[in-house]
Amino acid sequence: MLELASKQGISTGNDGPENSPLTIRGLTVSYGQKPAVFSVDMTVQTGAMTAIIGPNGAGKSTLLKAALGIVKPLSGQVQVFGKPLAAQRHRVAYVPQRASIDWDFPTRVIDVVLMGLYRELGLLRRVQARHRQLAGDCLDRVGMREFGDRQIGQLSGGQQQRVFLARALAQEADLYLLDEPFAGVDAATEKAIIEVLKSLREAGKTVVVVHHDLATIAEYFDNVFLINTRKVAEGTVAEAFSADNLQATYGGRLATSQVDQLARNIS
Amino acid sequence: MSGEEFVPLSLTPLLIGIFAAIACALPGNFLLLRRQALIGDAISHVVLPGIVVAFLATGMIAAWPMMLGAAGAAVVAVILIEAIRRLGKIEPGAAMGVVFTAMFAGGVLLLEQSDTSSVHLDVEHALFGNLESLIWLDAIGWSSLWDIKALRGLPVELPRIAIALVGVSLFTIVFWRPLKLSTFDEGFAQTLGIRTNLLGLALVITAAIAAVAAFDAVGSIIVIAMFICPPAAARLMTNRLEHQIGWSVVFAIISAVLGYVLAGYGPLWLGAQNAVSAAGMIATVSGLILTLTAFFGPCRTRIGAPVEG
Repeated sequence: MLELASKQGISTGNDGPENSPLTIRGLTVSYGQKPAVFSVDMTVQTGAMTAIIGPNGAGKSTLLKAALGIVKPLSGQVQVFGKPLAAQRHRVAYVPQRASIDWDFPTRVIDVVLMGLYRELGLLRRVQARHRQLAGDCLDRVGMREFGDRQIGQLSGGQQQRVFLARALAQEADLYLLDEPFAGVDAATEKAIIEVLKSLREAGKTVVVVHHDLATIAEYFDNVFLINTRKVAEGTVAEAFSADNLQATYGGRLATSQVDQLARNIS
Repeated sequence: MSGEEFVPLSLTPLLIGIFAAIACALPGNFLLLRRQALIGDAISHVVLPGIVVAFLATGMIAAWPMMLGAAGAAVVAVILIEAIRRLGKIEPGAAMGVVFTAMFAGGVLLLEQSDTSSVHLDVEHALFGNLESLIWLDAIGWSSLWDIKALRGLPVELPRIAIALVGVSLFTIVFWRPLKLSTFDEGFAQTLGIRTNLLGLALVITAAIAAVAAFDAVGSIIVIAMFICPPAAARLMTNRLEHQIGWSVVFAIISAVLGYVLAGYGPLWLGAQNAVSAAGMIATVSGLILTLTAFFGPCRTRIGAPVEG
């Protein structure tokens, strides 16, 4: 096992797949005839920031959703901190794609953040001052404290994304899974989000991000996971984010000059 | 109007109208936000064949067989809608449209072909209900409210819709958080361990219970109107779901009371002879309220479209 892990470029220590924050084995998901994700293995490293990259329709979001139990796989196993997901939900926070939500929904920013406390509040427990305090602090961390009473539809795209991140922070999880958090946001928001994610990593949390901007991989992330329906490679940015792997992942969709450029950026 | 006249003739129809309106408006709020508002329409149509089949099977107009028939038809419809949606790979609205039109037409045919002339079961009744006839003959005034003997003579529709309203209210209160969460962000709700499919089904079943209980008393016109108009008008009054629910209840009550009074006295005021259908007037008032809020409601601009930047 150690040998396999080191081959994949994962720092092991006492962090084998059995207590990795997220371990996926032989995962296959299909929406119709054609599989969206085929026989994928993944081992996420504790306390690192991992980017999932691949072309459009490569199964990046599907992989994340299957890991979270939102879509049912045809086959394969998902383990979270060495146990089935159902026993570990309290340790996992999720930020869905902003575009998947109807932002016209009648609710306020603070109420969205409080949704992150659902597992603590349950069906009928009252929202207390300390819950509001925590939600306010989470908004503060993304620079949105003064927007608590706003209706969510009145926010810009970047502000909406930060509110979603604040809700994930309120979950006080150990593993954070984010689906395209940088899609269509302004530069200030991108900076705010990456600062929060880095602070999570410093606190020993694990962060996995579906990402689309290859230019920022080396700057933001420790590890990459390249996928195009099948897994292409996984490992540290230095090892796995290579011209060959990018070519294998994106095929003709990425001009060779771009690939070389990106690969040069890293070394 | 004195209590001697009001209590026996108007109190029970008014209460039944109000309870039915609220029972439908409450789940209507969530159905509206889930883009499923037409499901109330669907349910109120498909219960007709269920009731006719129950009548044909038992040969009488009795409460329980008809409720069971209606509930059975509603379940069949929900399954059919799901099946058509999945097998045909079409959007839910289209599947609902096909199912409820076909089942309602089937119900009308059954009704025409069967010998129901001896009993009060006809298409008009199914549409408009029979609100005005749900009077409390045993009552002699307000004092009857404390008279056990007189209370026994209450129209059976009143306790039935009251129980349905209590059930719908309890469901809304107890499952408030998961309902709101899964309506807003289904994927996130699932990661919290909320069984969103089950909850969605429970919401539809709750709506079906409200629809069947209300249909029995007030016909399908009110059911269709109350699932959509008060919640839609309420959405235009506020940007908070908690307040939207409150507004929808207020609008439902105003529709029921104003509609009932206008139906009974409006034509007389205009010099006409006969009263008009209370159910029709209640639905009309709810539509007028929606029109007014569409023009003057404070939150009528759609603001949800994401703004980049």
